Amino acid sequence: MAIDASRGFSQLGGTEDPPELVQLLTPEGERVEHPDYDIELTPDEIRGLYRDLVLVRRVDLEAVALQRQGELGIWASLLGQEAAQIGSGRAMTDADMAFPTYREHGVAWCRDVDPVKLLGLFRGVNHGGWNPAEHNFHLYTIVIGSQTLHAVGYAMGIQRDSAEAAALVYFGDGATSQGDVNESFIWASVFNAPVVFFCQNNQWAISEPLEKQSRIPLYRRASGFGFPGIRVDGNDVFACLAVTRKALDDARSGQGPTLIEAFTYRMGAHTTSDDPTRYRVAGELEAWKLKDPIERVKAYMFKNQLADQEFFDAIDTEADQLGRDVRKRCLAMPDPGPLAIFDHVYAERHALMDEEREQFAAYLATFEGADGS
Amino acid sequence: MRSEFRLPDVGEGLTEAEIVRWHVKVGDSVKVNQTIVEIETAKAIVELPCPFEGVVAGLMVDEGQTVDVGTPIIAVDTEEEAPPGPADDGRAARAEDLVPTPPAEGAVEPGVHGSPAPKEQRQPVLVGYGVKMDATKRRPRKPAQQPPAGNHAPEPRPSQVIPSQASPPLTAGETHVAERGTRADVLAKPPVRKLAKDLGVDLTALTGTGPHGTITRDDVHAAADQPPPAVRPAVRGQEERVPIKGVRRATAQAMVASAFTAPHVTEFLQVDVTETVQAVRRLRAMPDYAEIKVSPLLLLAKALLVAARRYPMANSTWDEEAQEIVVKHYVNLGIAAATPRGLLVPNIKNADSLSLRDLAQALAALAETARAGKTQPADMAGGTITITNVGVFGVDTGTPIINPGEVAILALGQIRDLPWVVDGQVVPRSVCTLALSFDHRVIDGELGSLLLRDVGAMLEDPLRTLAWS
Repeated sequence: MAIDASRGFSQLGGTEDPPELVQLLTPEGERVEHPDYDIELTPDEIRGLYRDLVLVRRVDLEAVALQRQGELGIWASLLGQEAAQIGSGRAMTDADMAFPTYREHGVAWCRDVDPVKLLGLFRGVNHGGWNPAEHNFHLYTIVIGSQTLHAVGYAMGIQRDSAEAAALVYFGDGATSQGDVNESFIWASVFNAPVVFFCQNNQWAISEPLEKQSRIPLYRRASGFGFPGIRVDGNDVFACLAVTRKALDDARSGQGPTLIEAFTYRMGAHTTSDDPTRYRVAGELEAWKLKDPIERVKAYMFKNQLADQEFFDAIDTEADQLGRDVRKRCLAMPDPGPLAIFDHVYAERHALMDEEREQFAAYLATFEGADGS
Repeated sequence: MRSEFRLPDVGEGLTEAEIVRWHVKVGDSVKVNQTIVEIETAKAIVELPCPFEGVVAGLMVDEGQTVDVGTPIIAVDTEEEAPPGPADDGRAARAEDLVPTPPAEGAVEPGVHGSPAPKEQRQPVLVGYGVKMDATKRRPRKPAQQPPAGNHAPEPRPSQVIPSQASPPLTAGETHVAERGTRADVLAKPPVRKLAKDLGVDLTALTGTGPHGTITRDDVHAAADQPPPAVRPAVRGQEERVPIKGVRRATAQAMVASAFTAPHVTEFLQVDVTETVQAVRRLRAMPDYAEIKVSPLLLLAKALLVAARRYPMANSTWDEEAQEIVVKHYVNLGIAAATPRGLLVPNIKNADSLSLRDLAQALAALAETARAGKTQPADMAGGTITITNVGVFGVDTGTPIINPGEVAILALGQIRDLPWVVDGQVVPRSVCTLALSFDHRVIDGELGSLLLRDVGAMLEDPLRTLAWS
């Protein structure tokens, strides 16, 4: 019963230095320099990042509402993690391959995956509605951490093809306790695979706080596996972009893997089935609200006259239109035919699958008014 | 067009929810995603956004009512045209067809064995509305004589569920009933059969609750433990069965945990609080306190805070695991509150550092929040000592049970005029009874008595509160 809550994270770090955090834009919107990770962005690029952040937040809000209206079975909100996803997502080249969890709606956006296709999975009308090869964005993975192994395998393939690309794999703080993730660290390290591990540490693994996952800052785990780890302000889109870009460059140029810990916060529930007020205090949420990833970019743009009110209003209007459009197209998504379940089990035709498909079709045909399709 | 919004499953596999509060009324204009209602599910209180734009035409469920998922709860008149084809039921109906449904009572599905489906139950599903057994309609089958569709229908295998010409469907009821009671029809694993034999339970008389109607160890134990059927003591209608859940359940658990781990001692003290009543009146008259609710509870709270500082051991926690008493040098003052949802004990954080005026405001805010049913778990966590104001219910005193994690609780009884002896004269005075329950593991009779005496003394003469603080 007695867990001494006062024993905070910092005291558990032992005698090591306090964790270092790469930050290029403060929560107040002040630009700061960093010796290793500076970045030059044009006003257009900054406006683009802001637009990305606002639009993905709007899509996410619409999806939460659709779930609350019974139109989606479940939804995992990205609220608060927009900068981590947009920053890292925009750091990729077209040839790089991303491996998401089920929360990477912002990364999907950067990979040009239509948001409505994300909703299909959660509405139960498909098993992941996009072709991963078309977008270089793998299907959502619900199993915690298993995509890290897929990514390392893919990266080892890149190595063998001598291709100019890297794999970028996403996972959360909770996943770092999974065997799969630790195994993938070992493989990536030993084979020097061109992979970047992007851990969004949003402080909560459903209801499990970070201090129950690790006694050291997560990024320091990498050194034990033999590759560099770095902590970045996950609510700072500039820093996330800079750090991920460098890690991907390193991976592509044969420098091996990097672990990036994007220090952020899950502002919403774990999923729509979860009620965070049961296990975390409101004060924590209030403190993180002040570090909002979008507000700081807006403040920076205002201060440096990179945009005027007209620009911000136009983005808001575009976001609302996008929200309405996503809603409309989500509701219009057709239900799949009963036989569609057989379609993507194997890439090519498979004798057993054909047989079972025919059996099921025959069964369906025994009903009146059914054509079996 | 009139659109109805059906109660969605906002969690995974939830089957019902209570309508807590409507945010809109009939005639209101609503927009898409505007919050229209708060519902409480088994998992959480959730605000539902409206899926339509239009004018509210009807609220179909009252506040406080619990309804099944899928029940229409609000009707909205929208400007949209009715969509072509089946409007809202189409999707749900087709989805139901694809969910395998256990055979209804009496009916026999060819090839499917096992016990008949229990009636009036929901089949839990991972995501979605759950499938209500009695509401599920099976699509009519084509006549059995008709050849199966397509010429390439596969050869049936013995284990197949698919009906075919080779094995015509059994006549309803026929074989299934005949098989009942035979040993072969009982589905149970060998160890369970052994257990049943040992306990003298007839497996054929049981209905299995395991997968596919298998009989589990629990089924056997339940049958063995079953007492001979007793006569029900009450006539139907004279008893009501209220499910134990939510705050009731949490309260019960907390009370049992406290009552049976902390040895409680309760002491009583009758106090002349005439001066306190006077002080409350004078405070109310002060301009500083004009807008603020001042009651004897405020002065009692202040007195307890002062006493807690004088006797910090009363403001502590028994840490069984560490074998330590954790003495708190701050006071999170709990106030037991009767709310529409049951007993809650929110606390005022760092109440000992608040001025009297801030304390009064905090008390009022806490009561307001509790009454509105908006007390958050964080408001209730970390309490160090508690006051329960049983006087508001018109009783003199009680033996309160300590809030788990704390070691003392103080009950304030009603204040009423009683004959009291002052300087050898019987005079009417305002009198109330204080009761202090404490955890004897931490607090001995001496300390408990000192604390109670001091609190009483401060209520007798509020100046002492000032003198000791």
